[in-house]
Amino acid sequence: MCLGIPGQVKEFSELHEHLARVEVSGVTREVNIGLLEDEQLKLGDWVLIHVGFAMAKIDEEEATQALDLLKAMGEAYEDELEALRSSEYSSESGAT
Amino acid sequence: MKFVDEYRDPTAARALVAQITALCGDDQFKFMEVCGGHTHTIYRHGIEHVLPVNVELVHGPGCPVCVIPMGRVDDAIALAREPGIIFTTFGDMMRVPGSQGNLLTAKAEGADVRFVYSPLDALQIAIDNPDRQVVFFAVGFETTAPSTALTLLQAKAEDVANFTVFSNHVTIVPPLRAILESPDLRLDGFIGPGHVSTVVGQPPYRFVPSEYGLPLVTAGFEPLDILHAISMLLTQIREGRCEVENQYSRVVREEGNPRALAILAEVFELRPHFEWRGLGFIAQSGLKLRPEFAAFDAERRYQVPGVRVADPKACQCGEVLKGVIKPWECKVFGTACTPETPIGTCMVSSEGACAAYYTFGRMHRDAAVTLGRRRQLTP
Repeated sequence: MCLGIPGQVKEFSELHEHLARVEVSGVTREVNIGLLEDEQLKLGDWVLIHVGFAMAKIDEEEATQALDLLKAMGEAYEDELEALRSSEYSSESGAT
Repeated sequence: MKFVDEYRDPTAARALVAQITALCGDDQFKFMEVCGGHTHTIYRHGIEHVLPVNVELVHGPGCPVCVIPMGRVDDAIALAREPGIIFTTFGDMMRVPGSQGNLLTAKAEGADVRFVYSPLDALQIAIDNPDRQVVFFAVGFETTAPSTALTLLQAKAEDVANFTVFSNHVTIVPPLRAILESPDLRLDGFIGPGHVSTVVGQPPYRFVPSEYGLPLVTAGFEPLDILHAISMLLTQIREGRCEVENQYSRVVREEGNPRALAILAEVFELRPHFEWRGLGFIAQSGLKLRPEFAAFDAERRYQVPGVRVADPKACQCGEVLKGVIKPWECKVFGTACTPETPIGTCMVSSEGACAAYYTFGRMHRDAAVTLGRRRQLTP
């Protein structure tokens, strides 16, 4: 459950200052960026995502390496991705 | 060295192994990796097999699922059985055994237990079900606790009246101190946790060198990171230094994440004591909601039994979490206790030392022999 998954910031929410749409392994979902408020995130920045929250800003090289490592984990990573995809929070009703 | 060929940069890995071998010479070293993520990497990538035999890695208490004591799981199940409650938690917690079954069995018996990916999902379930009470069973170190804290701030701001948190958040420093005070274990240094450190930074670990005279190197999750951290620990020892160093500076900052720490302090306060599986009660190691958030505190809103339950006699998770024994040395490892039917918490999460060891099956020959013999004896 402690996995951090890299994602790339694609869009900032106009409705909620702490929300951004972040692409994670080809899936775009809402991620809360409130813990990185001091980082002045920009579109295209990479973040490490843990339980729906961006927990650290990382560079692209780190994101690529972390993703390769996660893919090598196999099942644990697939489970985490599946949980992230099926998360109710990513649905439109949860976007605000 | 067959595992090294699978690493991202086999040449760099070979160089690090050569460096480690030269640095340790004929002396014995024992390092503890604190974080469950590191334990996973170590087993998944066979790191114990590429290290010289005189460098031993012991696995620490940094898997948040593994350290939850049975009594708290029983409390969770009691909450889940309250009429009308929707009980939510992370998937890993569903199979953690209490004294009478787990949350999955409670669900099968009719309790409305749902697993969520994020505490925000639990809050959304509360918003979508205004006529039901929603409890979120929160676990995790400082990695995860800020997410729960931000969710609570949002619940308060939006005045969500049917959402509460059953907090089992814990902090990383007190168990380290407990391990350092334990007479069972002689360590030469720590591989410091990665993701927790993105939040807490490096200063909280300074007591390890200053009070206990041991080095600590915060490390990333790649096999190369672990090897690099081991070589940094040995270099410190050989140069007569003893410091907190950061191998994972590409993600972990010296001061951590001050925003996340401020949010944590706003929502949570330390409990006087919190029980850890295998480690017993540790002072000021657990987080509870501040009185300002009493309305969102499941322990204030509901009757929680709060009964302390001793671990099953056969289970040696405590010794595994303290690094006193290897997972395969536990009497029930791989026989009565497997990832499908875990007795102890270390067999539940993929970050637990026992589950990682069991799943990847890359064990030392003596472990395989012991297990093989035990399996023959078990009907």
